[in-house]
Amino acid sequence: MILVLAYSAVLLSFFSGLLGLMMYQRQHVPAFSRYMFNKLPRRSERCQSLIAVYLEEHRFPFLLRKAVFVLLGLSGVFAILAGLSVLIGKTVVTDQLSLGLPWLPWHVRFDCLSGFFFLIIGIAVSSVSLYGPGYVNSYDESQHPFAVLGLFTGLFVAGMMLVLLADDAFFFMIAWELMSVASYFLVAFQHENSANRRAAFIYLLMAEVGALAIILGFGVLAGFSDGFTFDALRKANVSTTWASIAFMWALLGFGMKAGIFPVHVWLPEAHPVAPSHISALMSGVMLKVALYGLIRFCFDLLGDVHWQWGVVLLILGTASALGGILYAMMQTNLKRLLAYSSVENIGIIFMVLGLSMIFMANGHPQLAALGLLAALFHAFNHALFKNLLFLGAGIIHHQTHQLNIDMMGGLIKKMPKTSMLFLIGCMSISSLPLFNGFVSEWLAFQTALQVDVLDNGVLRSLIPVAAAALALTAALAAACFVKVFGLIFLGLPRSHHCENAHEIQDKGMLAGSSLLAGLCFLFGIFPGLIISLINSVAGQLLGETLPNDAALGWLWLAPVSVSQASYAPPLVLIGALIAGCVSFWYLRRNPSTAIRTAETWDCGFGGLTHRMQYSSSAFTMPFRRIFAKVWIIDEQIDKDMRGAMDQDVAAVHYHLRIQDHSWPHLYHPIEQGVNNLAKLVGRIQTGNIRVYLGYSFVTLIIMLWMVS
Amino acid sequence: MSWLIAILQTILFVVLAPLLAGWIKCCKCRLQNRKAPSVFQPYRDLFKLTHKQPVVSEQASWLFIKAPYIIFSATVLAATVVPLIAVDLPTSASADVIVMVGFFAFARFFLALAGLDIGTAFGGMGSSREMTISSMAEPAMLMAIFTLTMTASTTNLSFAISHVLNEGLVLRPSFVFALSALVLVAIAETGRIPVDNPATHLELTMIHEAMILEYSGRHLALIEWASQLKLMLYGVLIANIFFPWGIAESFGIEALGYGLLVIIGKLALLAVFLAIAETLVAKMRLFRVQEFLSFAYLLGLLGMLSHIILEAAR
Repeated sequence: MILVLAYSAVLLSFFSGLLGLMMYQRQHVPAFSRYMFNKLPRRSERCQSLIAVYLEEHRFPFLLRKAVFVLLGLSGVFAILAGLSVLIGKTVVTDQLSLGLPWLPWHVRFDCLSGFFFLIIGIAVSSVSLYGPGYVNSYDESQHPFAVLGLFTGLFVAGMMLVLLADDAFFFMIAWELMSVASYFLVAFQHENSANRRAAFIYLLMAEVGALAIILGFGVLAGFSDGFTFDALRKANVSTTWASIAFMWALLGFGMKAGIFPVHVWLPEAHPVAPSHISALMSGVMLKVALYGLIRFCFDLLGDVHWQWGVVLLILGTASALGGILYAMMQTNLKRLLAYSSVENIGIIFMVLGLSMIFMANGHPQLAALGLLAALFHAFNHALFKNLLFLGAGIIHHQTHQLNIDMMGGLIKKMPKTSMLFLIGCMSISSLPLFNGFVSEWLAFQTALQVDVLDNGVLRSLIPVAAAALALTAALAAACFVKVFGLIFLGLPRSHHCENAHEIQDKGMLAGSSLLAGLCFLFGIFPGLIISLINSVAGQLLGETLPNDAALGWLWLAPVSVSQASYAPPLVLIGALIAGCVSFWYLRRNPSTAIRTAETWDCGFGGLTHRMQYSSSAFTMPFRRIFAKVWIIDEQIDKDMRGAMDQDVAAVHYHLRIQDHSWPHLYHPIEQGVNNLAKLVGRIQTGNIRVYLGYSFVTLIIMLWMVS
Repeated sequence: MSWLIAILQTILFVVLAPLLAGWIKCCKCRLQNRKAPSVFQPYRDLFKLTHKQPVVSEQASWLFIKAPYIIFSATVLAATVVPLIAVDLPTSASADVIVMVGFFAFARFFLALAGLDIGTAFGGMGSSREMTISSMAEPAMLMAIFTLTMTASTTNLSFAISHVLNEGLVLRPSFVFALSALVLVAIAETGRIPVDNPATHLELTMIHEAMILEYSGRHLALIEWASQLKLMLYGVLIANIFFPWGIAESFGIEALGYGLLVIIGKLALLAVFLAIAETLVAKMRLFRVQEFLSFAYLLGLLGMLSHIILEAAR
């Protein structure tokens, strides 16, 4: 039953992709269906006229788009149902599909871990399918055909779900490639722009290198076992060295997809150029699938984790978290900023996962369960709020045709609903209390504070440093999203587009974002709902769950014990409402003190313009000075001089370019190395047929020698 | 009963906060050879402001008008968590010390947004500086507090303070570090000299005042009150975590009264120290603040490490 739900989710997304392809058949399909309709027995007049209207040709693209997204939404709903039913039932379902290689049918396994990630995909896909129809309407059909978008969106979603279902390395890689390649076409959707083609190429390159690393990781394990099924890999008897090698390959492969520092560079390139709902899916969900792969590989397939691996994850995670948010802060392109912030959040998840590994390897499975809980909960939250923010960015782009936050401003009055939704996203991602981001951050801190139980001196001093870095990350994230919300929605409009912007009319786009915003708030107040679900994941994966979560009930959150730490968001909410209402009521009861509006105080000079406001680079200037070494900063001030002696300044031009250190220090050397290697190889290509025949002859001789 | 005490002490917090501010001002004036206003002057100011008609810019959105209430509520919520006169509060269990830092972040988030709302240069300047300073100060504060919570192995402030109380007078190196870090953070976060000057309206140096420049009337009153409350909260944190003696452990009238007297005494003493420090030290340049705060961060981290390496039982 559960598998039927999961399969139908996959099939529905697949069909939605195929249906998208029907866009090219816009002449034939209505004619065919009209023909079929006439074959059917006669219905009432009314019904007939209704159907006749719907079958008109010019309505067809519109209807088809709706249908594609309806199927996608249904797929999401089925994914949610499948995930919930396996998480509540705490079962494991296995199956075999007679597809694939003759001696290796596709093995399917659906357990709590897969179920949890199914839930994430389901929620994200449902909201995107509500949002999609309104968003894709703005694309010109002749330039950006919907068929391409629809087909690859369906395949992409189906691929992600299949990755979660896979139970052998072969099937896993096929699904993984389906996901990667489909998303490549989505990134390259607006391919007329050369920057977009470059971004898509970088993405494809890194996805394929990552896939190679994953194959090598599986290969190491498969070398010690008698097959490619995950069951066989689990039983493999791997020495510590080989297990560590396999771990490093898996970390490289999955880390590349997840966007961990320093292999994160495709994220800020690919996310801004994809359509917004696709960036939402990629950032909110696909990174989580990579995370799933890592958890599956380390905790499930490798089995015995080592604390050194945890330390590696902890250090990489800390670097990603701090680097990600500092780079995010300097961006002016909204979607690029959000992409860097994904690097930060993935870093936080990796940190907590590393803690969980450290505790597991040191024989504290309960604390490992706490770490896993914090990591998975943060993954869930990140999927919610990052999706929300990307969808919000899409709405803003749709309405203002801008992504540069230095050209925005004042949208809170023009787009009140969007601004509210975006504010909720910003508050969640800045981990403010009452929202979901805070709960997972709180759990992460609680995990780090349990360091007392460890005996190893290195770990005892390393983990507090990581906790300090996490605190810094959280504070920087708040500053970054104050900048984002403040510059986009507050102040005076900085461009004509923003001045003339108005609220989005499409109800679906608002509904998709509201769904996510509502969930952000709901799980911030009642985190227990999700935590009990994750507990069953921890139970299956680590064989240990958190203590006494049931005894405290839904009102309280006390992961370790009540005397150690507790948090009751509903009570906090009630307290906040009481305090707010009392002060509001008390101060506004006197009618003679009603608010009076007046012009803004301009120090008596007059004429406040939008140019006098703080811009993005002005807002982040103190950070740029404090953390100057983190970026490659190229700051230039040019003055146009005029007058007789060239002494009067006519205009000042300010250029600021912020670059990622990883390009000149990591990728360009690699690029150089590959080029040099290619030149060396090129030497044997003389272009002379006799030499090539000689090569064939020598190869043949060597082969014969090897065979004999 | 315990809920009643919790509500009572929150009210005490809200009511006593202006008094502390008045007392600091009074001490400072005396030290600087000026004639001091009455210690009750902040109450009069608040009363005056709440009875004035607030003037709001035409550019202001709903966020600007609602923000003072949000800031005030978040600060009051933070006050419910901190034990003032008695330990063993139920509110400390519903929100622990990390949540308290979260409340401060909540208030700051909206204060900074309100600064950006009107679209003047001052507001943006204040917001940018406030977020810079707080993003350095918040981790330092968490480090100092984590030292305490790891010693007491709880993040519940009530339990942590009773743990310190029960241990008696033990000189811990980690606490010395944590205390110094927390003092530095408190100075930065409450906008006192040498980081910010609450008495200035000079554009080059303003931080907190720049953000709230557009506020007037009851909105200004709420924000002022919230910042006085924040000052008192930091004072109480320092006083009750590191010198908890005197705080009531039972809910008897005598114990509570004694607890109230003791905390008033401790705060008065702290205020005198603050006034002396503010008189002796000059305000530092904005870009020196990072050094000040990274020093606090380092102290916090050192406190935590010295706890883990030297003190914690294995």
